[in-house]
Amino acid sequence: MGCFNLILLESSGMTIVTTVYSFLYQFGDSFAYLALSALGLAVIFGMMGVINLAHGEFAMCGAYVTILTAKAGLPLPLAMMTGSLAAAGAGAILEFLIVRHLYNRLFDSIVATWAVSLITQQTMLIFAGPSIEGLSTPFHSFELGIYSFSTYRALLPFFAIAVLAALYLLFFRTNYGIYARATIQNAQMAKCLGLRTSRIYSFTFALGAGLAGLAGALYAPTITAVPTMGSSFIVPAFVTVVTGGANVLLGVLPAAGILGLIQSSLTAVLGQLAGQIGLLLTVILMIRLLPMGVGNLFNRR
Amino acid sequence: MKKIRRLAIGCAVILPISFSVMAADPIKLGLLEDQSGNFSLAVIPKIHATELAIEEINAKGGVLGRPIKLIHYDTQSDNTKFQELARRLIQTDKVDVIFGGFSSASREAIRPIMDKAKQLYFYNNQYEGGVCDSNVFVTGAVPEQQFSTLVPWLMEKYGKRVYTIAADYNFGQISAEWVRKIVKENGGTMVGEEFIPLSVSQFGQTIQNIQKAKPDFVMTLLVGNLQSAFFEQQAAANLNLPMGSSIQVGQAYEHKRFKPPALKNMYVTPNYIEEVDSPASNDFKKRFRAKYPDEPYISQEAANAYDAVYIYKAAVEKAKSTNMTAVRKAIEGGGICTNGPQGKVCMDPKSHHMSHTIYLAHVKDDHSIEFPKVWNDIKPYWLGEAGCNLAAKADYSQYTPTNPPKK
Repeated sequence: MGCFNLILLESSGMTIVTTVYSFLYQFGDSFAYLALSALGLAVIFGMMGVINLAHGEFAMCGAYVTILTAKAGLPLPLAMMTGSLAAAGAGAILEFLIVRHLYNRLFDSIVATWAVSLITQQTMLIFAGPSIEGLSTPFHSFELGIYSFSTYRALLPFFAIAVLAALYLLFFRTNYGIYARATIQNAQMAKCLGLRTSRIYSFTFALGAGLAGLAGALYAPTITAVPTMGSSFIVPAFVTVVTGGANVLLGVLPAAGILGLIQSSLTAVLGQLAGQIGLLLTVILMIRLLPMGVGNLFNRR
Repeated sequence: MKKIRRLAIGCAVILPISFSVMAADPIKLGLLEDQSGNFSLAVIPKIHATELAIEEINAKGGVLGRPIKLIHYDTQSDNTKFQELARRLIQTDKVDVIFGGFSSASREAIRPIMDKAKQLYFYNNQYEGGVCDSNVFVTGAVPEQQFSTLVPWLMEKYGKRVYTIAADYNFGQISAEWVRKIVKENGGTMVGEEFIPLSVSQFGQTIQNIQKAKPDFVMTLLVGNLQSAFFEQQAAANLNLPMGSSIQVGQAYEHKRFKPPALKNMYVTPNYIEEVDSPASNDFKKRFRAKYPDEPYISQEAANAYDAVYIYKAAVEKAKSTNMTAVRKAIEGGGICTNGPQGKVCMDPKSHHMSHTIYLAHVKDDHSIEFPKVWNDIKPYWLGEAGCNLAAKADYSQYTPTNPPKK
């Protein structure tokens, strides 16, 4: 009898561990996707006040370059770096040609970047074809109880946190960070003090585009490479940035955390549709209750 | 005054000429297909197949001595564009027949417009079945052809516990209802059913739900580029279950786009795919590749679109007119067939659907395809048995197993 109890206890203990881990895994998965999708958009919107509707296309650029270079023989981490850099390069070019002329013209910049998004998608469809063969997800899977998990996806949330930490260091521990924050606070004054604000703007836009490219690169092995793939990043990105507010670090981290929790629990209990509805409802509530975003709660006034 | 008189004389001269030109005028075939947007990947081969069929027919003297003129609009994977452009084809272009449509949502968006204008419309695509509409002719395969073959075969081979994941709109919902019906009829159990919004590309939770339910195989009815991410994600998580589908592989060639073994052990029942190795298929592929050498894949829907044009040709020739009522009556009189890529196929006069050769395609570990079984001449039996008889009685509805025609 005692032995039986022990087995029961052990198996139920195992089930609890499995259930808790599977919930953490789903939460981390959701969090990583929201945070990585949103970072590029948050940098560009938060630092420069530009709503970049071509965000998804930078992610697509990152994914395509990653896939093509990885197929050409580059090791996957290097291919992903190349993908992010390519997106950053594309961002710098776009900033120079179009966005630069539209600072302080919010609506014009929305329309212009939307046009860039449509033109890019259609050009890719015409010249690169409707799809390219993808990559396999790196690493294997591991098992826990009745479930098996993808190792790569289990690591992505940690990677998302690492990227956030790197951004923190960039903005608070480097000269560029100080210049950039000065420029945001008061561009006129920064200029008077001798900062080349236009160069800071270019670099920041390229940084945002590069982060979008990084999201595309990291998820390239897990989704379909098609010209319209950017649309799978744009909704989570906007949802997270609207919830988090303009503050890059203090916004994205808690917003992705809260939204990830809501989405993964709703999806677990009621299915994918409920998860999607939950995300959008949260955003509506946030706009009503905290119009400046979660990030604003942490601002010292 | 002089000017007006000259104009009047001019008109008097021109009018009879334009009438005589009109007699030899081309037959206007309107095409509504998504050349851009989410569905373009699966639709572009359909457009090319339609163009190929028209080119071949025109090269051989057209239909009743008249060439076919193609008027194609890009519907951009957008249902409102479908409605707008369907009206334009009917009202401005005054076409003789309309072809096309990929997603069931887009077909349902334009069907009322076709019905209101009594416009002859060929839906040249696989779908969830049940459309019993006097103005609509369907050349794609339907669940009674694809699931009544596939599901019992899979249940026999792998077991009777089934889990369905389906796109959350009319196609996925009704297809899932068919799976449910056929599983039950064959003594199996549905251990799970999940409907996925088209905007979803992350399947972590779905994969765990499946593992928890322990099915013997999974029916995947996933639509669009975003949802196809499921296959790589389930492989990465080592789900390792056989899969069945009516649409995967045959429409968007996932087995060519994903690295093996993402689609390992996928079983599909298309009415045609490029891998079919028969004289009719090889001949079709040769002609297709001669015109479009860079086509990534010659899909099931390419064959359906190609056959549709020839079915229309046969019907017009039988009717000896492009008058829409006459063409409809010609098909409802029976015996309208064509020899296409899948062999001989015929229109069913009662339901306006087509018979098909159904191939059981098995995706192997390396993503090559084998055909463990072929069913010849599978009829679209359900609508007729349920009481849809368009030759005798006009109708404009879509029926499902739980909502059959009222007798």
